[in-house]
Amino acid sequence: MFRILIVDDEAPARARLRTLLADIAGDVPHQIVGEAGDGLAALELLAGLPPESSADIALVDIRMPRMDGIELAQQLAGLPQPPAVVFVTAYDEFALKAFELAAADYLLKPVRAARLLEALKKARRLAPADTLLQALAPAGRTRLRVVERGNVLLVPVADVLYLRAELKYVTARTAEREHLLEESLAHLETEFSPRFVRIHRNCLVAIDAVVGVVRESEKVGDSDPHWALRLRDVPEHLPVSRRQWPEVKAQLEL
Amino acid sequence: MSMPSCPPAFRLPDFRNLGVWLRVLLVANSFLLAAALAGNRTLAALPREAGELAALVEPSLLFTLAVLFVLAPLLQRLPVRLAGLLIVMLAVVATAGIGGLLVQVLGGDNSWRAPLAAGVLAFGMLLWFDLSARAHAPALAEARLAALTARIRPHFLFNSLNAVLGVIREDPRRAETALEELSELFRALMQENRELVPLSDEISLARKYLEIEHLRLGERLRVKWDVSDCPPDVLAPPLLLQPLIENAVYHGIEPATTPGEIYVRLAVKGDRVRIEIDNPWLGESSQRAGNRMALANLRERLMLFYDLEATLDSGVSAGRYRVRIDLPGKRKPRHE
Repeated sequence: MFRILIVDDEAPARARLRTLLADIAGDVPHQIVGEAGDGLAALELLAGLPPESSADIALVDIRMPRMDGIELAQQLAGLPQPPAVVFVTAYDEFALKAFELAAADYLLKPVRAARLLEALKKARRLAPADTLLQALAPAGRTRLRVVERGNVLLVPVADVLYLRAELKYVTARTAEREHLLEESLAHLETEFSPRFVRIHRNCLVAIDAVVGVVRESEKVGDSDPHWALRLRDVPEHLPVSRRQWPEVKAQLEL
Repeated sequence: MSMPSCPPAFRLPDFRNLGVWLRVLLVANSFLLAAALAGNRTLAALPREAGELAALVEPSLLFTLAVLFVLAPLLQRLPVRLAGLLIVMLAVVATAGIGGLLVQVLGGDNSWRAPLAAGVLAFGMLLWFDLSARAHAPALAEARLAALTARIRPHFLFNSLNAVLGVIREDPRRAETALEELSELFRALMQENRELVPLSDEISLARKYLEIEHLRLGERLRVKWDVSDCPPDVLAPPLLLQPLIENAVYHGIEPATTPGEIYVRLAVKGDRVRIEIDNPWLGESSQRAGNRMALANLRERLMLFYDLEATLDSGVSAGRYRVRIDLPGKRKPRHE
């Protein structure tokens, strides 16, 4: 039993997918968990679903207001249980080329039942391919998805001063406040690699937020002091681990 | 890409074009052979004599062409008569200089005839290139018009078909009208759009287009028409209105999160027609390169229809993006 999410900004296009899904229900038993008019609405919808009834396939239009299909796919890739994404598009040479390169599946509008069936059968094997996202949006995401009391907030990556792993969560610190993310630090590090530098086992710092380096000792008379970073807009100093220090030094061009 | 207002009196060939080079070489060498034949006494001596002549002439010919190849962009910017004069002088000087040098090395008579012949030949060829360019010009304009005539975005076609399929079971009548409108629209697009058409035709075509978009976008798309000041028989270029409105939908409505309004205003004042279309401005990122290309394309079509008499400008004010076109208001002749 597939749980399917439909994301398209045009009502007749959503209706078309619904009709076709009903037509092929005999071959592929499924349930439509929801419909959304744009990427952000889709994320909000998913945030409101209990994990056991979340979507496992998302049929996603590419050109949509607020958040387009490509960014939605990027955001979905960061979910603990990301649904497989099948793009549905009318015509977009650039995107189609990327799909071909990454051998990802996509549906062309007007969508046909046979193709939809084929795509759904294949979809289980389709992870949201990192190579595809790399090709479609080489710079990575520009916003991070934060779920807060069922609402989805988008925090610009450019505003994040540092990311720190604490127990189960990763906190993203901006000048104003902290946000809890549901992603792993390692995943964030690879995605935004030149922007952030790892200064500690549990901490990534935005290189352009660093305003100074201070020498700190843990105890009075500590013969072995360590280094810490001062960042703009926040009072706290972030300790650099001995292991990361050479790397940090190189990145900051000290 | 703007077109000069009227064709210049005289045109230079493109000296970086292989075809131009081939023609120059062919004509010059035919002359060379003819000259060799004219001075020839015994047939047996012909190959040798022609060869000697070629040895003298070919270096200066190739030198001249090479210089023209390098200077081509510069020459295009000069006044055309001055450029022509320079080219002829170049041929004369190159032939005199290089030919003279070669004569000293190879032997032979150093006469004034070769430079003079080179000058006359250069002048003759410039005239000939100009004439043939003129002969091809109307065909060129027509081909360009055909190429520029707005082609509907494939995006629109496939999305529309998908939308029709989306409503076909729930609302067969709506699907039926949409397909009729779509076929009308494509009939208009596939016509030869070379003649001015009544503005009323343009308006009804644009309305059909908007009907189809309405099916897809529903409440998100609102259009306000103001055509009260516009006599329907005023002529306009075909497919002028629809692409502008399509642009407005694509950039001003589709990416917007809230419903938006497109405002279309057509008015005739005296002997001028003014067309204004504006849509919500959603920022630089959404009104991007594709739009500029569409406008450049329209501008060029207006140029082909009206020369400098029509203007098109666009800009942003008070949160709206506006395109304004000003045309001479020609009317259909009564008798037909």
